[in-house]
Amino acid sequence: MAIKSMVDNIFVTRLDAVANWARTNSLWPMPFATACCGIELMATASSRFDIARFGAEVMRFTPRQCDVMIVAGRVVMKMLPVLQRIWLQMPEPKWCISMGACACTGGVFDTYAVVQGVDRFMPVDLYVPGCPPRPEQLLRAVIELQNKIKKTGTFDGREFAERTTATGPSPLDPDEIQRLRDANLQLRVIQ
Amino acid sequence: MNWQSVLRDCCGSAAAEHRFRDNICVTIPAESLHQVLSRLKNDAGFDMLVDITAVDYLDYPDAADRFGVVYCLLATGSGERLIVRVLLNEPDLQLSTAVDLWRGADWLEREVFDMFGIRFAGHPDLRRILMPDEFTSYPLRKDYPLKGRGERHNFAVITRAES
Repeated sequence: MAIKSMVDNIFVTRLDAVANWARTNSLWPMPFATACCGIELMATASSRFDIARFGAEVMRFTPRQCDVMIVAGRVVMKMLPVLQRIWLQMPEPKWCISMGACACTGGVFDTYAVVQGVDRFMPVDLYVPGCPPRPEQLLRAVIELQNKIKKTGTFDGREFAERTTATGPSPLDPDEIQRLRDANLQLRVIQ
Repeated sequence: MNWQSVLRDCCGSAAAEHRFRDNICVTIPAESLHQVLSRLKNDAGFDMLVDITAVDYLDYPDAADRFGVVYCLLATGSGERLIVRVLLNEPDLQLSTAVDLWRGADWLEREVFDMFGIRFAGHPDLRRILMPDEFTSYPLRKDYPLKGRGERHNFAVITRAES
């Protein structure tokens, strides 16, 4: 009798699949909210949109307890070392969502102080366009991230070890180098 | 004592007055700045320093001087406002500090130093306040390009495998 009921309660699966299933449904976000995208992030957590439906409601303000970093808002050059340090402090496995036009590309803030996309300096898994994005878009990103984890995730995280090159644009792309040359030329004329 | 007589005492004919509607701006020589501010505060009743800021007049039509440092004063007793302006040129970008008159001048002068590179002699702690300490330019100068000189790209790149 006891053995029979035990058999009903056992099923066989792959370890990776179990790990992915567990990780998928308990993504704990690190809210790196620096601007108006942070307000939308808060709205996403509120009862109207309710990110808890996807198991991602546990916003932790210490990186040591987080799985997914949500970079919401523009990142200035004084903030980028902080962002990188927080990213490095997060335990594996971890993912990154770049939320909004500013986090993805710098947005309208094409100035000396604003980093032109966090993906130039750190790995990003998902980009959410919008200025700021609607909460639905962020929820969509969470669902897409869950799909990504289900498809590519492994128990020991070896899919991360394969990503040895930076996937974002180069910090100094050819346009930027040309612009810097022009700016330096102009400086010499002024002096 | 009103501010006109303070200016007459301190600068004589060197002070130039400019009015736009109810906005009164006086331009004074840099060396008399501290004396004028002190007298305005103690004798003319301008007891509140509202703001210190600066203007870069590079490429400005009809401008003879490079920088203008602007002190906005308010007399809380009478409600009068007065704008005191000092003109500066390179390489002598130095003014005397107003921290001994108004403690609130501390951060305002640091901001002017950070953005324009104008130094304030006697300031207790003249460091950058907005930009990182290792920043080398003065970004609100007009000869500084809007998109910077590559400072925003000067960071290490972290790949996924090494993080």
